[in-house]
Amino acid sequence: MKALVFACLMLPVAAIAADLEASLTIRNHQFSPAELKVPAGKKIKLIVQNQDPTPEEFESHELNREKVIAGNGKATIYIGPLQPGKYPFFGEFNEKTARGVVIAE
Amino acid sequence: MFGAALIVFRESLEAALLISIVAAATRGLSRRNFWIAVGIAAGLAGSLVVAGLTERIAELAEGSGQELFNAAVLGIAVVMLGWHNIWMARHGREMAAQAKSVGHAVKSGQREMSALAILIAIAVLREGSETALFLYGLAAGGGSSHASMLGGGLTGLVAGVVAGWALYSGLARIPLRHFFTVTSGLILLLAAGLAGQMARFLVQGDIVRPLATPLWDSSSLLPMDSVIGNVLHLVAGYDARPSGMQVLFYVLTFLIILAGMRWSRTLTPRTA
Repeated sequence: MKALVFACLMLPVAAIAADLEASLTIRNHQFSPAELKVPAGKKIKLIVQNQDPTPEEFESHELNREKVIAGNGKATIYIGPLQPGKYPFFGEFNEKTARGVVIAE
Repeated sequence: MFGAALIVFRESLEAALLISIVAAATRGLSRRNFWIAVGIAAGLAGSLVVAGLTERIAELAEGSGQELFNAAVLGIAVVMLGWHNIWMARHGREMAAQAKSVGHAVKSGQREMSALAILIAIAVLREGSETALFLYGLAAGGGSSHASMLGGGLTGLVAGVVAGWALYSGLARIPLRHFFTVTSGLILLLAAGLAGQMARFLVQGDIVRPLATPLWDSSSLLPMDSVIGNVLHLVAGYDARPSGMQVLFYVLTFLIILAGMRWSRTLTPRTA
């Protein structure tokens, strides 16, 4: 019940604005840019382009997101609004090489 | 090899957990094994189809197709689990009391089991399509030979099944008196957890607003990649950084199913 009341209090007045976009590319099982700077406190439309022929799963515990991106495909993932800080992410199918961080400031 | 084993193990463990809880909760229902097998088979067949269509699904709804699809699949699973719990709240004890009784209990048992087959199919479908896609990626990437990949995949699958079986055996050993309480509790948590996941996908696809990102952060206390955190995530839908909407879905689902179970218990069961 407490959560419910809290959630209702959190309902902001809907603002109609164009989404802020940011983009990432996967190539050779690596993300570029590896450091993605985004404004804090805003909803971001993150577009991930996979240029490898193999699928990848974009995953981040810090951002609370996971999404499979088909080989040579692209995906849209909405993130935020974020507090200022660093939010690491990785590709679950190639965890050793596919690593990056979103920096909200 | 190891990568394939690990991924397949993780995915099959998730499906195996759900199947073993459901299997334990339906002990004594007629033709249960048949329906469980049907569910698993349908889920596996569906996985291959979904893995082949992932790109198409993701292109739908401006790139939020995957999220919508996942949310829909989870929504169906939540309804099935909730309905099962509400139905069992009334019939569970009765069935335990007159186990092996024929007549309407069996008939409703049949109906109930076909619904559970759908639930199991959905669980297998979700985990299976991810696994199929991953293995397909490994194969296409040529990173490892087919033989070692298949070997790894099979190892992972066997390990997942063994873990599920162990859980089932453990659940099956609980004395009947407490048995329904335990399995209903597990299913209630499972359903609420899946509803939370559903909200997460809807937020990720910008279909609903997050309300708070995150509502709390317990990752320093109990990280998601710790063993306990992972088990709690699988069984009870624990999340270290949930959005407000996720918690709202979780709490509402929990309360609605619980209320349904209470209500169902107050109805006097018809005795054959």
